[in-house]
Parts: sequence; structure tokens; C-alpha cells
Amino acid sequence: MALLDVNDLSVRFATQDGDIHAVNGVSLSLEAGDTLGIVGESGSGKSQLSFALLGLLAKNGTATGSVTFEGREILNAPEKVLNTYRARKIAMVFQDPMTSLNPYMRISDQMAEVLMHHEGLTKSDAIARSAQMLDAVKIPDAQNRVRLYPHEFSGGMRQRVMIAMSLLCKPQLLIADEPTTALDVTVQAQIMTLLAELQKEFGMATILITHDLGVVAGFCERAMVMYGGRIMERSPVEPLFAQPTHPYTRGLIAAIPRVDQGHEALHAIPGNPPNMTGAPVGCPFAPRCDFAGDDCRRDMPPLERFATERDRACHRPIDLIAPLEVPA
Amino acid sequence: MTTPLLDVKDLRVTFEIHRDGDLPWAAPRKLRAVNGVDFSLLAGKTLGIVGESGCGKSTLARALIRMLPATGQVNWQGETDLLQLTARQMLKYRADIQMIFQDPLASLNPRMTVGDIIAEPLRTHRPTMGGKERRARVKAAMERVGLLSNQVNRYPHEFSGGQCQRIGIARALIVEPKLLICDEPVSALDVSIQAQVINLLDDLRRDLGLTIVFIAHDLSVVKHISDEVMVLYLGKMMERAPSDELFAHPQHPYTQALLSAVPVPDPQIERGKVVIPLDGELPSPMNPPSGCVFRTRCPRAQALCAETVPEPTAGPHSYACHFPGAVTQEEIAAPV
Amino acid sequence: MVIDKTKMTSLAAATSQPEMAGRSLWADARRRFARNKAAVFGVFLLLFVACFALFGGFFAQWSNEELDFSVMGQVAQIGGPSLSNGHYFGTDDLGRDLFARTVQGTQISLAVGLVGAAIAVIVGTLWGATAGYFGGRIDNYMMRTVDILIAIPYMFVLILLLVMYGRSISMLFIGVGLISWLDMSRIVRGQTLTLKGREYIEAAKAIGVPAYTIIRRHILPNLLGVVAVYATLLVPLMILTESFISFLGLGVQEPLTSLGALISEGAGTMSYGTLWQIAFPLFFFVVTLFGFFFVGDGLRDALDPKDR
Repeated sequence: MALLDVNDLSVRFATQDGDIHAVNGVSLSLEAGDTLGIVGESGSGKSQLSFALLGLLAKNGTATGSVTFEGREILNAPEKVLNTYRARKIAMVFQDPMTSLNPYMRISDQMAEVLMHHEGLTKSDAIARSAQMLDAVKIPDAQNRVRLYPHEFSGGMRQRVMIAMSLLCKPQLLIADEPTTALDVTVQAQIMTLLAELQKEFGMATILITHDLGVVAGFCERAMVMYGGRIMERSPVEPLFAQPTHPYTRGLIAAIPRVDQGHEALHAIPGNPPNMTGAPVGCPFAPRCDFAGDDCRRDMPPLERFATERDRACHRPIDLIAPLEVPA
Repeated sequence: MTTPLLDVKDLRVTFEIHRDGDLPWAAPRKLRAVNGVDFSLLAGKTLGIVGESGCGKSTLARALIRMLPATGQVNWQGETDLLQLTARQMLKYRADIQMIFQDPLASLNPRMTVGDIIAEPLRTHRPTMGGKERRARVKAAMERVGLLSNQVNRYPHEFSGGQCQRIGIARALIVEPKLLICDEPVSALDVSIQAQVINLLDDLRRDLGLTIVFIAHDLSVVKHISDEVMVLYLGKMMERAPSDELFAHPQHPYTQALLSAVPVPDPQIERGKVVIPLDGELPSPMNPPSGCVFRTRCPRAQALCAETVPEPTAGPHSYACHFPGAVTQEEIAAPV
Repeated sequence: MVIDKTKMTSLAAATSQPEMAGRSLWADARRRFARNKAAVFGVFLLLFVACFALFGGFFAQWSNEELDFSVMGQVAQIGGPSLSNGHYFGTDDLGRDLFARTVQGTQISLAVGLVGAAIAVIVGTLWGATAGYFGGRIDNYMMRTVDILIAIPYMFVLILLLVMYGRSISMLFIGVGLISWLDMSRIVRGQTLTLKGREYIEAAKAIGVPAYTIIRRHILPNLLGVVAVYATLLVPLMILTESFISFLGLGVQEPLTSLGALISEGAGTMSYGTLWQIAFPLFFFVVTLFGFFFVGDGLRDALDPKDR
């Protein structure tokens, strides 16, 4: 039995301008200890997918489908049930730590509160454990710093605090939603190194949601590329980067400027991000795809296995149009 | 040697900060956001300015066009020091120097139509131009940046982020400037859209002979577009070199650390590579370290670094460091 | 870059199309407003009150000053609302036609409210926008002036003015106008400070647009939403202020009247069984206030930037 099983999950938001179909029929499964990267641009539905898992959707949002954690259905479960899963079994780290930390409470109190609530520790034990955890995320002088307020930490340190807090109850699944997007590149490198170490140490399954393919390349074993609320391609990272077969994945990889390569013109993907209002028709990438035909605009291609552990949803995958380049 | 379009000498921007707890008559604290930066830029070239948040790169850009008070010299075409001009005299030069901003949507007035937004520099700098010609020029500019000119009456919120940035570029180009200052023009955009905008800027530079100052925190973007790159840290220049040279042979330990931290979208390289760790945190710009500002986090710092400020070396590849050189084995092996 | 032939032709076709009309934020707001039932109801209430104030006079059988001697002295018995003798709303205690007086009272109350709000909009917006945009010392002086004026107990001053210079409608306008713009200028200044930090203002400065033009072209249109909402909510407050003063007996002078004065009179005679004397003015008073509050709330929801 998989740790997390998501089946045909859809998320919709009712707005005055019509329904926004943020996530459309996404399925995935995650074993204990897995690292999965969910990659996508804005509007791909990657964040809403993770919010739906934990029942954190905005009020006008509805999720349909099924999400099971250790075999138990948790999608649309009552708050009371979800609260036993949040923090204790599934933890989340957000892009902006300041929004999830209470600015008027000491870090020690905020962290201790979690432990006292979920594990029933006494306050002094809880604070001691919190300090240990801050030490584990390499915050220098953790014993004293635990007494500080959130604004007394720098952005990178605050993200470390958030990570420490999410790991307090030793969750089985950590969902990190753009954990380094707001940080400088040197700090990002530190945080990603830290996350990788902690992931090995604690052995929790991790879902890393990001727009940065470089971060996914370094951290994840498997990656899932989303566009317009759908899964475009799913694969272990090595073959994904070496031989992307979905036109979107290939376009995305070619569009990234790289420090380790020369000045040639970037391969931009023409067109604009998809409009998510209204029921989706056909492949969401079809309007920007060089290979799209009438079938792409009419029918959404199903997600199908085409190689070992690799799935894609495409009527015109690149390996069927042009022979694959031989990897170097 | 030809006269550079822009020659900046000892540019300094100092903010006086009065902290809440201070007594009203206490002397304000000085925050040196830009602390003596020199560079010169030949016409038609692109200078990339990189650095992490708080390094003063955006302040530098605003100081160049006198949106912030600055001292030093900003010599324009070898004849005029922009910092010495009165506001009225400066107006003439504003048409020659245009700017593109980070947040594409926020830099467009939500109540104005796209046509009016793009026409604003024309209204300001060519007030005698007739409405018909102005409209024709706006439409031409829109098509030049890849927008449909029949959308001239639409409003910014009806466009996507990438399109909004194109509107911003059209607004900057309509008065045919010589210098374009881009302040993080693509960092708010998605990867696929970012590539469109970078390619557009590259095209425009080639076709119109633009000179560009390109500010970004993303080294890979800067590498892509710049002829020369300058690395800033705490308001000081750390290293400056032709782009290829800087990326191939960085001499300053800060540049090396910065470069090693950039993620590469290739699992084999990304997993094998070594990130040079930077100790500690960015010092407060109110109270920068003595000597070399980078010494508190530098793997090579010694007593000398705390005593004397390293002078930038002369020549096309310039660096301000007492112990320059390629990355050593010990630095790579140092624990995080 | 490789040029895609089909895309080029479709681009050419698209560019030759006529200019598309844009959907401005105002149009968006109008659409949201039209969907708000309470707000639309409020508009109808206000239209009804406005029609009553403007055209009610044509239907009146009596003028507001005429005394109907036939009902005098027995108002409680035969002065009630009746179609036959032309007193649709009955008469007041002196036998004057209450319909005509309510029409006039509504006119005066609306006028006071609208003039007060108009002064607030013009003076308050200019004052606040100037202070906020220029900042520094100018801001300091201008806003301290506002602080000082706000510190003066205005009701006391207003009463003093009315007592010293006699009760007149112009004095009432002056009094209401003096105080109404203070809060507005504070709100506008705060909003201007936020707007000033926006990138498009910075962009305009970088282009070299003069300060005056920046205020006119970039700041004021973006302030308009807040100003419109606040002004709509200010009108009923002004009407309330005027009514309070009139209720105290210091408002407009006879034979002019206002809703507040009529309510005051009606309240005084309530115990004699002439309930219509308070009911009709009170009805229009309440309807007007409700109308303005509904519309103000609707505007606020429609123009709320959080929605975008």
C-alpha cells in the first residue's frame, strides 16, 4: 500500500467570472521515503493540488476525487480528522514563512504549542525538543535563539525555523511549496542542502513544489510536470532531463538560461499562460505547442506509460515525431 | 578609445535613517546602500549587475537616473555629469535613458489604457506631436514588441504578466532612448515567458543599437544577455569582467560562491556539483564590517582583510580582493 | 528565431482587425455593482427620494407656507392624510401642508448632504493628495493643520456660529463644509502614500512626467474609488448632522425646513395623536439614509481592490 494515493483529484474555484478549473483529474501515488518534484509555471495548479490534499483550499474552492493516506480517505474529511493528520503525519512548508509564523509569539512558544497539542509533552520538555530541532536545522546558538520572535530572524533562518517546526512531530510526508523562491540563491543552496540531509535522516516522503527545474534536478528522484491543471509528464528525473518527450517539458527545459552554457538564443515557448476559466477542452498546452493537431485541441490525451516508470499525456510526443537524440 | 556612453565614478547613495527608538535630536544613522561604485559602459554594450538582496543594485539603477540623491559622477557621453544638473536640465536626458521595472503589472497604471500608457513618454518629451502621429507610433511600438496593435484600448489587467512586461518595454522604447535600464525585468515571470522577454530584449538591442544596464539576481539570466558583468555585495563592487571571463574564471570568492549556488537543470551535474558554503548572514548595511565587507563570510579571510579595504584591480577583469584566485580544493572540502 | 508562417499570417490577420474595446476597472466595478442586489435597491431608493424632492412640488395642492384655516385648531381630528382636501400627508400643527413641507425638507436635507460631501471631495482630496504626494515638511504642516481643526469640538463651534450669526442655510453650509473635508483629507493622504510607492508612479517619475501631471493622471484616478465610497457614506452623515442641529432647534429658519426640523416638530406633537406628522418625514429620512448606505456599501464591494 502506498503512503499517499491521489486519484482523479480535481479542484475548482467558483468566481464571479465563472468556474476556475485549477486542477483537472490528477492521480499520483507516493511511497514512504519518496521524493517527488511537482514542476509547473503559475496557473499550473501545482500549489492548489497540495492545498487540496490538506484541506487548505480557499472558501470558494471545491475538491473532488479521492486522496488516501495510509489507506484512509482524507479528502474533504472533517477538520477534526484533518487536524490529526496535519503536522503529525503530513507537514507543510510554505514560500513565505512570515505568513505561517505568528509575529507576536516567541518561536519557542509556537513550536512548543505544536508538541504539547499533538504529543502531550510538558512545556519545558516541548521547548527543549524545539531547541534540539532548531539545532538539527543548523541554526547556530539554538538554545538561546529559540526564545526570539520571528522578525528577529533573517529570511533564510526563518525558513529554517519553518522546516524545524514542520519536522517536530516527525511527519511521514513533507510538502514543501516553493520553499526557496523568496530566498537569495546562496541561501537557497543552503536550504536545499539542508532539506536533502533531513530527508535522508528522517526518511520522510517529500513533495517539492517548485517552478525551478534546477532545484528539482538536484533534490528529487521523480518529477511530475504540470500545465493547465493537468499532468503532462511523470518520470524519474534523469531520463526526464536527458530525453524529455513531451513538447512542454522539452520547451520548458530549453527555455531556461544556464550558467554552464553559452549565449545562444533561448528557445522561448510562444504564447501566453493558459486561461483556467471554464471547462477545459483538449490538451491545455495545445495553443502553445508546435506539434499540436486538431485531435490535441479536441481531446485531452490520457496519461499513459511509454517507458519504464515514465508516463506522459500527449498525442504527439517528440520521440514519435523525431528520433531521440542519443544521450551523451 | 571611444568615449563611453556612461561613465560612473565613485557613485555613492547614503540614506539617513532615523530609528524609532532614537531621540529626535540624535544624529541619524547612515546606511550606505551604494558605497563607491565605478564603471563605464560603451554604446551598444550590455552591463549586467548581479548581487543578492540588499546589495544595492536597484538603488544603483535609481541613482543613475536621479530618482535618488547620489554623490559622485555619472558622465553621459563624456560631456555632462548627470548628477550636477538641475531637475529642469535633467528632463532633456530622461528621454535618452528609460527604465523597465520588475513587477510588470504594478508598473502600469491600472486606470489607463495600454495606448495611453505607452504614449506617456511621448506626451512628456514630444508635447508638440499630433495625436494621430502619436497613435501611429504607439501602434508601431506595440507591434515591435510583439503585441497586437488592435489591443491599444485595452487595460493592463486584461494582459498576462509577459504581455505587461512587453507593454513596459514598448513604453520605454517609444522615445528611442540610448540607454535602457532594466531592473529585474524577468524575475517575476514564468520560465517560458521569461525566455520570450529575454529574446525580445536581445533582438531589440541588436536592431536598435541599445545600450543596456541589466540588473538581476539570477546569474544565468545575466550571463545570457550581458557583455560585461559586475558583482555587487553590500553596496561595493566585488568583481567586474567580460561575461565569458567572469563565468569561466571568477577570481573573487564571493563570485565563486554565488556561481556554485546556482541550480543547473541537469540531475547529473546538479548532484555532482559542490556548493561553496557562505558562513553566517549578510551583515547589516548600517554597520558594515571593517576592511573588506565580505570578510565576515569569506572562506579566505585573514587579518589583513579586516584592516584594509581591498582596492579594485585595474584592467578589464577587475576584482576587489586581497586573496584572489581560482577555487582551491580546501574550500570545496570545507564542511557546510 | 524561426518564423512560423501560419502564425505570421494569423498575426497579420489579427492586426488588421479593428481596435478592440478594453474593459476598464470602472466597467468591472459597474458590473459587480449591478450584481449587488442591496446596492441596486439602494439606487432605486435614492432615485425615488430624488424624484420626490425634485418633482413632488408639482403635485402639491398647497404651498409650504400657506395655512389651511379649515383645519386649524382641529388638526388632530381632520388634519390627517387625505386625498380629498389635498393634504396627502396631512398638515402640521399650524395647518400647513405636510406634503409640501416634506418635499422642501427633503430638498434641503439632500442639499446639505450633497454640498457637505462635495466640499469634502474637492477640498479633502486636493489637500490630502498634495500632502501625501509631496511628503516631508509640506505633509507635516498640512496634516498638523487638519489635526488642530479636528481637535476643535465642531458641534460647539457650529452651534456658536448659528447663534452668533443667526440661523441661515448658508451658515449651515459653511459649518458643515468646514468639518466634512478633514477626515477625507486624512483618508486620501493615506491612500496617496500607498500609491506613491507603486511602481507605475516610479515609472512616471523616471520618464520625467512633472509632479502636477503625476497627481492628475496617475494618483487622482486611482484615488477615485476610495473617494467615491467615502463621499457616498459621508452624505448621510452630513444629513444626520444637519438633522441633529435642526432637532435642537438651531437649523434652518422658518418658513424653510428640513427633515430634521420636521421630525423635531412631529416628535413634539406625537402625544396629541398626530402621528403622521412624524411618520412621513421620518420615512423619507430613513429611506434616504438607507439608500446612501446601501449604495456606499455596494460601491465599496465593487471597487474593492482585494477582489482583483
